[in-house]
Parts: sequence; structure tokens; C-alpha cells
Amino acid sequence: MKQSISFTLNGKPVTVEVEGNESLLTVIREYLDKTGTKFGCGLGDCGACTVVINNEALRSCMLAVEDVVNKTILTIEGLEENGNLHPLQKAFVEKDALQCGFCTPGMIMNAYGLLLKNPTPTRNEVINGMEENLCRCGSYNRIVEAIQLAGIEMNKNF
Amino acid sequence: MKPEKIDELYFNDVNEPIQLDRRDFLKKLGGGIIVVFCIGKLSLLNGWGQNDKEDLSNFNAYLRVKEDGRVDCYTGKIEMGQGIITSLAQVLADELQVSIYAVDMVMGDTELCPYDAGTWGSLTTRFADPVIRAAAAEAREILLDLAAEKLQVTKTALTIEEGVIFVKNNPSKKITFAEITKGKKIVKSLSTKPEIKKSSDFKLIGQSIISTDALSKVTGKAQYSGDIKLPEMVYAKVVRPAVYGSKKIAVDASELTTFEGITLINEGDLVAVVHNNLEIANKAARKVKVTWNTPEPTTDTDTIFQHLEDQITDYNVFKDGGDLTIGRAISKTILKEKYHDGYKAHAPMETHSATCYFEGEKLIIWASTQTPFGLQKQLANALHIELEKVHVKQIFIGGGFGGKIYNKQAIEAALISKSCGKPVQLVWSRKEEFMYDRFRPAAVMNVTSGVNKEGKLTMWDFDIYCAGTRGTSLFYGIENHRTRMFNEKNVKGDSHTNKLKNQSVHPVGTGAWRAPGNNSTTFARESHIDSVAYKIGMDPLAFRLKNLDHLNMTATLQLAAETFDWNRKKKEGHGFGIALGEDAGTCVAIITEVFVDKNSGEVQPIKIVCAQDMGQVVNPHGATVQTEGGITMGLGYALFEEVEFSGGNVKTRNFKNYEINKFSKTPEITCVFRDKMDAKPQGGGEPAIICVGGAIANAVFDASGARVYRMPVTSKRILEALKKA
Repeated sequence: MKQSISFTLNGKPVTVEVEGNESLLTVIREYLDKTGTKFGCGLGDCGACTVVINNEALRSCMLAVEDVVNKTILTIEGLEENGNLHPLQKAFVEKDALQCGFCTPGMIMNAYGLLLKNPTPTRNEVINGMEENLCRCGSYNRIVEAIQLAGIEMNKNF
Repeated sequence: MKPEKIDELYFNDVNEPIQLDRRDFLKKLGGGIIVVFCIGKLSLLNGWGQNDKEDLSNFNAYLRVKEDGRVDCYTGKIEMGQGIITSLAQVLADELQVSIYAVDMVMGDTELCPYDAGTWGSLTTRFADPVIRAAAAEAREILLDLAAEKLQVTKTALTIEEGVIFVKNNPSKKITFAEITKGKKIVKSLSTKPEIKKSSDFKLIGQSIISTDALSKVTGKAQYSGDIKLPEMVYAKVVRPAVYGSKKIAVDASELTTFEGITLINEGDLVAVVHNNLEIANKAARKVKVTWNTPEPTTDTDTIFQHLEDQITDYNVFKDGGDLTIGRAISKTILKEKYHDGYKAHAPMETHSATCYFEGEKLIIWASTQTPFGLQKQLANALHIELEKVHVKQIFIGGGFGGKIYNKQAIEAALISKSCGKPVQLVWSRKEEFMYDRFRPAAVMNVTSGVNKEGKLTMWDFDIYCAGTRGTSLFYGIENHRTRMFNEKNVKGDSHTNKLKNQSVHPVGTGAWRAPGNNSTTFARESHIDSVAYKIGMDPLAFRLKNLDHLNMTATLQLAAETFDWNRKKKEGHGFGIALGEDAGTCVAIITEVFVDKNSGEVQPIKIVCAQDMGQVVNPHGATVQTEGGITMGLGYALFEEVEFSGGNVKTRNFKNYEINKFSKTPEITCVFRDKMDAKPQGGGEPAIICVGGAIANAVFDASGARVYRMPVTSKRILEALKKA
């Protein structure tokens, strides 16, 4: 059913006309042109489309846009603050925790959700929390190191 | 270059650069100093030779020192995660003596870059890197000449630092690259080629540099083909059959009337719909009913290996020496084994994508492709237009691994755009990605070897089906040997063994996959070497060292063994495994430690050490990331990955049933390189992955006694092998 749907995206209120039952991923990428969030499988298997909704990392390809009415959504484009990289972004660069970069936004957003729940995860806790995000280039070990590093940096700031 | 030609080269060792087309780009560029570098095939093979006769219409590289002092480096290579956007800028910056951050890489744009046969086969660092160094050295000399003239001093009195040329004994007298190039457009190529730097003069080469594209990738700003949004663009969805190789008989699009604004494309074998809303296009495509002529299945996941041996009876002798009969006679122990490897998918995180539009008669396209120039030609042929009417533009690629050299999606997008008259975006679904992947072929390796009472290999008889000969030149010293390639091409062609006329022996598409067949043959060879060592009661490391006849490989294995600490005590249930291999000029030795749960058959990799002799290592950090990546990806094919199928019906079409490696199975990985800064750089993208299968299989055997003869080494196969053991 055609309708207007409102939510907060990266700190800004947005209202978007939808056909009804579109995936949140389609709305973010194709209606709102925020293409940092990636399509990897459309089945919730790979995590490339992960965004943070009300402080929880979720797969945007598996959510209908109606499910996010009035919610607060954060995508990779919303992580920088005043032109400064988020500690996770910095750590991913420092550890070079990426190759082709296609899984990277999903990895970072999933890690963001993980660190909200557990600010100082052990190596195994990071692995468990990230397990269902796939990286074909094989940067897993560097991603784990980057997340742990970011956790330490973020705790320093508080 | 046609994908079929690349396939052929991909399955063999490529030890020379691919020949070039003649192109003319120079008039498209803006101001500054443009250095065109021409180098012949011969001097490239010699590696560092210079002074070739110049020919401005046939050049391999060029760069432009712009009016702001920054430098554009133009290369036909593309960046798909392998890190050459960093390492090529690094060698250029070192030669030209500018900051690496002052170098802008212009990659894979068919209007701006010199022709390139494609980014595959670990060729970039071997063949593009030396040319870029030479072009940069030439630019440096030209800039020094111009500076000498401006500053009224002799050239030898000058030195360069970070893009500033100054007089050595009077540093206040200086001129920047920007000042030299301002308001000029000079195209130059020196007739006497300057020497490129020796390793003792390197400032950047050999230093570890973080990927220069990391920033754009962590912010979501890096653009891939599906991220391009054009005015009036429509989304295309192709209607697919359930079975690979099906032919269209009839199309019933009557149900499309319920969708407003939908357009049906029905041309030749292509049936698709387009709509300005992605999800409506996807929904509408499901309503198009196509009647397909579906090929009958001739083989499936389990019968494929016998099928290959039955169908392919023609062979070529790739290498032989001595006499197998004598070898057999002087052997004390003879071991005959058969190894199998199933089809593997590339499964890049970015599915095949393309976005394109027509500007009049001219097609402009962004596509996830490893072969922009090959794609340009394919598109010109498909659209019946001149090459110049196709412009493939620069874009990031979300992983390729050899799977993005065929460009089917880009040709579909272009045909659809032409047909509907609108800009088109086509992004394959994950299901399409699996279905239309060109899998690494299933392969059979039959090996018989003999060993004498001293533990020396005396005979080697190796038959390869569908894995090519890449990397199969023996580095073990075995006097009586023969390697034969049973090739599916002999079935396809005019051969008398052509049982399946004009049909591939494979029921699915096959092609190149990160060092393709070298994964299969290395698994077979290194598993067999281990089997022989076990049979005669020798330590697998000692047995290899005794039989190696390749100094670099021996040194590489010793480096791996020291780093791994091979003689340390093993924990209960743990095992160690070695595999050696050679690919793209690089020697690889991998040693793994795994834990095997004998009740469940589950394998947990604990530690992997990879030693490589890759000649000069340009960016040790980048080489480490590539090596770790190859190993991490390789754990997938070693432990989980197998395409399941019945005929052309591919059953594994998502990540739930085609399991790739994940975080939890990735162990500590240590990469070490032999110190060879004076040597030529060799390949780095592919080599490490070839040893993962063999090293895991050998470690599993050491831990549990289960010898698994078929990749992947799954829990089920381990339990079956344990029952037999």
C-alpha cells in the first residue's frame, strides 16, 4: 500500500513515499541514495546490509520499511562526527581490516552494535558477535583486531 | 582479450606479459607534463632492461605531472581488493620522489588508460609494476632537465624531495613540480631510458604502507557499479531458467499487465523486465512465464569424477623425463592414489553488477569487471558498434577472484539499455551469482609414485583431469617422471574422443578461480607426498627436504618450519600439516596446526604459517594482507565449499548451503617473506591459496589418522575415513 513513512536517518528526520513492503535496504539505497550500505545476498546470510536501528545492529535486507516507522537508523554515512572518523572507522583503517571493501560498511555497523552491548569484548566475544558477517577477501583477523582496538579507544573517551 | 583465452592462460603458468593493442589517449588529457613509456616484450622479460626504441602509438604506461604538482598514474589494471591502488602508486612515488599521497591512480578507464589484458593471474606486480617504475624514472629525468634549465645549473647539481627540486649545495634555490608544469602541455618520451632505482636507493619500496583506498571504504564513499544512480535510470531483472544451459522456447508475459510502468525485453536468449522501482522489477520478473528447453542431467555432485575420467580420454604429455618402467623397477615402495576436487564458486561479496547509459550512439558503462578492455570489445561486438563507441569507466570492484572476467551482466545491461532506451542498472541476485558463476572445474588427479629404500623418490606419474598444468612443474627431484594433462578441450574440439559433440564435459559454467587448478593439483601432490612419507615412516618435513631439488623452495620450507617450530610437542588431538607449491613465480610453504574432534569430525584450524619467496616485496604490509586473505579464503575450499548439482541444476545457491569461511574458523596466521630486495617482484594475489587444501588435509591426517582424498575435507568425509582407517 502506498504510504508516507517517517524515521530518523543519521540524525536527520526523513519522510519517504513507499509502495509498501519494500525492504529497508531498498529504501536506504534506492530511494534515499545512501549507497554505503551494500546488497550482498538479500537473504540475511552475509551481513553486507547491516545498519543500526535503535542501537541494535540489524540486516536491512530482511526488514520491511514499515517496521522502522519512527525509529532511529544509523548507516555508515552517519558515523563521522564533525568530519572526524568514528573510532571504528579509524581502527579499520589503522589495521587495514579490509580489501575489496564491499563487506566493510556492514562489518563496521555490526561491530558498532556489538560494542554498544559489550564495550570491551574479548577476542572470542568479537568472533561470536561477528560470526555471521561474511568477508570473501579474508580480512577476519584484522577486523577482530580493529574492533578490539576501537573498543579500547572508545572507552578512553568516556 | 577473449575470456576463453584468459581461461586458457589462467590454467597455465604465464611467464611473460600479454601483448598490447595500439591506442591513442593523449589528446583527451589536460595540461602538465605527460610521460609516455614504451617498452618491448623482450626487455620486460629481462626484467629491468632499458633502451628500447620508442613508438608513441604503442605504449604500456604513462603518467602526468599535473599543473598542481600532483601526479596521475594511468593503468588499465583495476582494484578489487588486491591492493595495487597502493603498491603501484608506491613504486611510482619512489621513482619520481614524490609523496605517495600526491599520486592519483586512474585505473581501468578505457578512454584514459593504456590497453591492458585484464587484472588476473597475479600479473600486475610482475609486469605492470616494472613499466610504471620505468615511466616514473623517465618523468623524473625530464623534470630534472627542465629544472636545470630554469635554475641555470647542471642537472647533476640537483636533487628531488617530495616533489620539490632543489640545488644540493644551495637548498634555497628550488622549484616545485607544480611550478615546472604550470601552463604547459608537454608530451615526452626519452630516447635514452634512465635506469630505475636499485634497492639500495629505495625510499618507499619495501616499506609497509596502509591501503590508500581504506578511508573511502570505511566511510561508505567508495563506489561500486551498483552505487551509480543516473537520472531516469531503470532497474533490470533478467528472467532465468532453473537449469543452466536451458534454451528459451516461448515467453508468456500476460501477467505483466498488472504492473504499471513495466517494460518487457525479449530479444534472443535474453528475457528481462525493467522498471524505475527495483522491487517492482523483481516482482514483475517472477510473473513472466518462460518455457525452457532444459538439458537432461548427465552427471551430478557424486558421479562427476567418474564422468570426467570416462569422457576425457585424450591427453597431452606436459612434462616427462627418464623412464617410468625403470623408475618402477628401482622403487622399494610404490603408492597409487586418486584425488578429487569439486566445483568451487567465486562468491565475491559484490554480485555481478553494471550501470550504463547511451549518449547518442555511445555506451558509457560502469561494471564489476576484471577486464575493462575485454569488456569494451565484448560490448562493441554485442551492440555492433565501433570500439570507440564504448567507454568503460573506473569503479571499485567488490572482489573478483577470477570470476569477473566474463562480463555477462554488463552485456545484458547494455543490451537492455539499448532496447528500452533508458539508463539501466543490473545487479545480479545471489542466486544468479551462483547459477551463472564460472566455477573452478571439478578435477581428478591420479598419482603413482615410487620411493627407494633411502627415502628418495624414484618415480612420479601424475595424470590431471580439468585442473590444467599451472604450477605442476616438479620441484621435487625425481628422475623418472611424467605429467599428463587430460583436457576437456580435447572433448570439445575435433578429437576422435568427442563423445559429447560440442558439449562441455561440465554441466555448469567453468572458468578461472584464484590460481584455479593449482589448488587442485597442489592438494593432490602434497597429500600424496605426505602419504608416501607416512608409508615409509619418515617425517613429512624431512622427507620433503630430502627430495626437494629447488633451492628457493627448500629455503622457503626451512623458513616456514623455523617460524612454525615444527619439532614442538603436539597437544592431544592436534596435528601439523605441510604443503608446498609454486604459482606466479612465487614459492609457497604453508604449515598448519589443526585440532580434529574425532567424534564429530569437526576441524578447528589453530595456527597457520606461510613462508613465501616472492622476490622483491614492494609493500610488505600489502603482501601480508593479500597472503592472509588467500589463506583465509582457502580455508573455505579446504573445509566447506562444494557446489552441489544435478546436471545444470545448481543446488547451492546461497551462503546457507554454500558455506564460505567465517570468523571462527580463521586461526592465527603468520606470514613471512624471504628477504630478496634485489630480485624481481613476483605474484602475490594467488600463490598462498594453493597450499591451504593440502596443508589442512595433511594436518587432519596427522591429528586423526583420517586421509581424505576429496576436497573439501568435511566432517562427514573425516568420519568416513576414520571408519575405514
